[in-house]
Amino acid sequence: MSIKAVIMVISYIILAPFAGGLMEGIDRKISARMQGRIGPPVLQPFYDVRKLMNKQVVAIGVLQLALLLCYLTLMIFTGAIFFAGSDLLMCLFVLSTASTFMYFASVVTSSPYNTIASSRELIQIMTYEPAVLLAGVGFYLVDGTFSVAGIAASDTVMLTRTPGLFASFVLILLIKMRKSPFDVSTSHHAHQELVMGVKTEMGAQNLAIFTITEWYETTILMGIVGLFVVTSNPLSYVGAVLLCAAVYFFLIIADNACARVKWTQMLQVTWLFTLFASGVNLLILMLIR
Amino acid sequence: MAIPVFLILFPLLCAPVMYLITNNRLRAYVTYGAAAVIMAATIALTVFWVRNGAVPVQLYKETALADHIILIAEILLMVLVTALCFRHKKYWISLLSIVPTLMIARQELTGTKPMTLCHIYIDHLAVLMCLIIGIVGSLIVIYAAGYMYGYHQHRKDIRDNRRYFFMLLFIFLGAMFGFVLSESLLWIDFFWEVTSVCSFLLIGYTKEPEAINNSFRALWMNLLGGVALAAGIIYFETSVNCVSLHKLIEYAQLGVLPAVIAVALVAFAALTKAAQLPFSTWLMGAMVAPTPSSALLHSATMVKAGIYILFRLAPAMGNTATGNVVVFIGGFTFFAASIMAISQSDGKKVLAFSTISNLGLMTACAGVGAHETVWAGIFLMMFHSVSKSLLFQDVGATENATGSRDIEDMHGLLYRLPMLGFYMFIGIAAMFLAPFGMLISKWSALKAAVDRSNILLVLFITYGSATTSFYWTKWMGKIISRSHETGERMDETVTGKSEKLSLTLHAGMMIALCVLMPWLSTHFVDPLLVEMFGKFVNVLPGTILVMMVLIMCLVFAIPVPAYLYAKKQQTNYKLNYMSGINTGNNNAFVDSFGEEKKLWLSNYYFDRLIKPDKMMACCQLITAAVLIVMLSFILGGVLA
Repeated sequence: MSIKAVIMVISYIILAPFAGGLMEGIDRKISARMQGRIGPPVLQPFYDVRKLMNKQVVAIGVLQLALLLCYLTLMIFTGAIFFAGSDLLMCLFVLSTASTFMYFASVVTSSPYNTIASSRELIQIMTYEPAVLLAGVGFYLVDGTFSVAGIAASDTVMLTRTPGLFASFVLILLIKMRKSPFDVSTSHHAHQELVMGVKTEMGAQNLAIFTITEWYETTILMGIVGLFVVTSNPLSYVGAVLLCAAVYFFLIIADNACARVKWTQMLQVTWLFTLFASGVNLLILMLIR
Repeated sequence: MAIPVFLILFPLLCAPVMYLITNNRLRAYVTYGAAAVIMAATIALTVFWVRNGAVPVQLYKETALADHIILIAEILLMVLVTALCFRHKKYWISLLSIVPTLMIARQELTGTKPMTLCHIYIDHLAVLMCLIIGIVGSLIVIYAAGYMYGYHQHRKDIRDNRRYFFMLLFIFLGAMFGFVLSESLLWIDFFWEVTSVCSFLLIGYTKEPEAINNSFRALWMNLLGGVALAAGIIYFETSVNCVSLHKLIEYAQLGVLPAVIAVALVAFAALTKAAQLPFSTWLMGAMVAPTPSSALLHSATMVKAGIYILFRLAPAMGNTATGNVVVFIGGFTFFAASIMAISQSDGKKVLAFSTISNLGLMTACAGVGAHETVWAGIFLMMFHSVSKSLLFQDVGATENATGSRDIEDMHGLLYRLPMLGFYMFIGIAAMFLAPFGMLISKWSALKAAVDRSNILLVLFITYGSATTSFYWTKWMGKIISRSHETGERMDETVTGKSEKLSLTLHAGMMIALCVLMPWLSTHFVDPLLVEMFGKFVNVLPGTILVMMVLIMCLVFAIPVPAYLYAKKQQTNYKLNYMSGINTGNNNAFVDSFGEEKKLWLSNYYFDRLIKPDKMMACCQLITAAVLIVMLSFILGGVLA
């Protein structure tokens, strides 16, 4: 591993939660403004987590915390693979392993609300998995490598070659970031018919760990979005940031403008969209190669 | 080297001994001894072969006597099948046995003596298969001794014919060794037929109407494959006067038409044996048999025979019409069977569907015929053998202990039967989670599919792995969930010592395989691929290797300190959230009449979306159409 990779990984581990938390703060602020409220301060998510850390620990059983710690570790590791510039496909596989641990942490409680929500979480994982993997395949087809560093150092702007894959990826970001219309297993706001979905039985420290892990995940996902425009040209990093901002803004609008759908609709819409948008895109890429 | 012959003959000789021993206790001890001998012989074979340089060994060029014995045995087999078919009024099935046997017999008695390299050929692939059969198969036999005792304890309605059962198990093992060690296509055909008939008899063991029905379905499907196999062999033999498997592949690679057509026919036969669509239903039917036979049929041997022969053919299938058909059938089966697995709550059925699905992936890997995919396929096969065998035995033991093999009844198994629950968790994790080998195989297969511009396979793998994780993860969730019933420890002594021993060894092997994977790749699978393709390609880049090791450390090392840390925390434990209608414990709530209602948590099975029977029929139609059309083209010589 090069020095650069080490620096990237260390700064990722330290900075990612701040980036993710900040994004959530901005999200809450913009959402509030869209709804005609003033909204909390941008740093509110950090205050929340600090408060949660200092609370008395209340839980259903001992295993949940252990599983959440596994979830956190694996998520950090996923990001480390990504920001070290290593294999993208492996990174995506480990990401889904991390999600599995999140499912375990939720279902282990045997609480009724949690059990339904975790089943839905599992359906969500199944729904977004093809689009995520196909995005990785798309990168490989264009640049001939799965290495994140290699993809970032190439001269092609990925987005111009992979619009279909990008569209599917943005669509599944709605699921991944728990935004309406696809926030069937839990939402970041208090408008869920399942109380708080998979978070129902997570309190105090456990909820804090969960939130921090989600922040890590947000950073990784935004990293992948950025990868769609990053090239060897340093200026492209500005483009990446702008693209991330645009995508994030789109997610916020969708979240505020859409009603939650049933999981069957989510599955059908996403799978079909992925099949056509990504499938056709890949087919074209394979033909012109 | 007398060990290969010993491996084939010893189980075959054990079989009548098993039948002659009427005392169950004594037979159990003899079974343990025989299984230990087989295991030792397999290891001895590996050790001697490696010490001789791990180079391909050719044995027994002249075997006139053995050839005659095999021919006689083949005819006896035909008589047996015909008699059974007539007894159960399934007259037409007997034709599937009579026709190929007579074809082979006529060829052998009247034709010129065909050229062959040798009769037994030992290389990396054969040794690997021997290890799978010898170790996993023997462990299943050991497990069977304990299991069949428990089985007849709680199934008093079924006639106790254990000596017959054990006889079949040993014949089966012998035939499997013969199958993977043979180089002569005629020998391969014979052992193929023996495994088909053995599985037929094993499935029909309980003699219940359903079992009989299913056993005949298995029989006709496997015999149909046998017909294709025999036709391919005879066509190849009459055209070039040669019955060597390696020559067949060599000629096919050069594009010699008879060889190309023979490869297509043999590949078709392999699809039936590997239970690919449209032939998947026989494997589902095999679930009625007692667990050891399903485990033996599914994991260690029978279905792997089909995969083994596809791997042998792999170099001759890359970028050919046959290869493309095999890739399509395999990929389609991988995806379709995993969807059907979602809708099942019977543990054994989920295992059966997932077997079909995983075999589909291996089939597709073989069909692509590239270095990377065969590498991936070989690892899939290793992991699948061990983990499926573990899971089948575990589900069987759980059924004997709790009286149910329904996944819904396994809620909180980890707390009720900790040992079985834990092993089941390991077995399932090995099937799809990082860091186990399945994942890295998928990585490699996906990469190779992209390299070959095979968009269909890419889509099948991506969608199929999503559905695969779904049904496995929800099962794992069931095992670790806190019990919604009393959650008390159950009696663990129901599971016999031999079962526990076998399960523990399997779990140990599972973890060993995972840890040793990089080593196995460089020291075993890479040489295997060099033998197969004649050149070396590094499939596993260094960065991936480092990552695998890191993930492994993480996944094995984190849970323990995490658990200890969690346990040490000052935690205030509370009841579940139930909108304030708790009753004071987590197992019930207050319903709208103000009465206490028991809580029951259940997984999603999509029963309104997926109708497995209809879906199976649909998939069978599609794949059968593709197979028939493509096979006619290939046989007609158009696409070859």
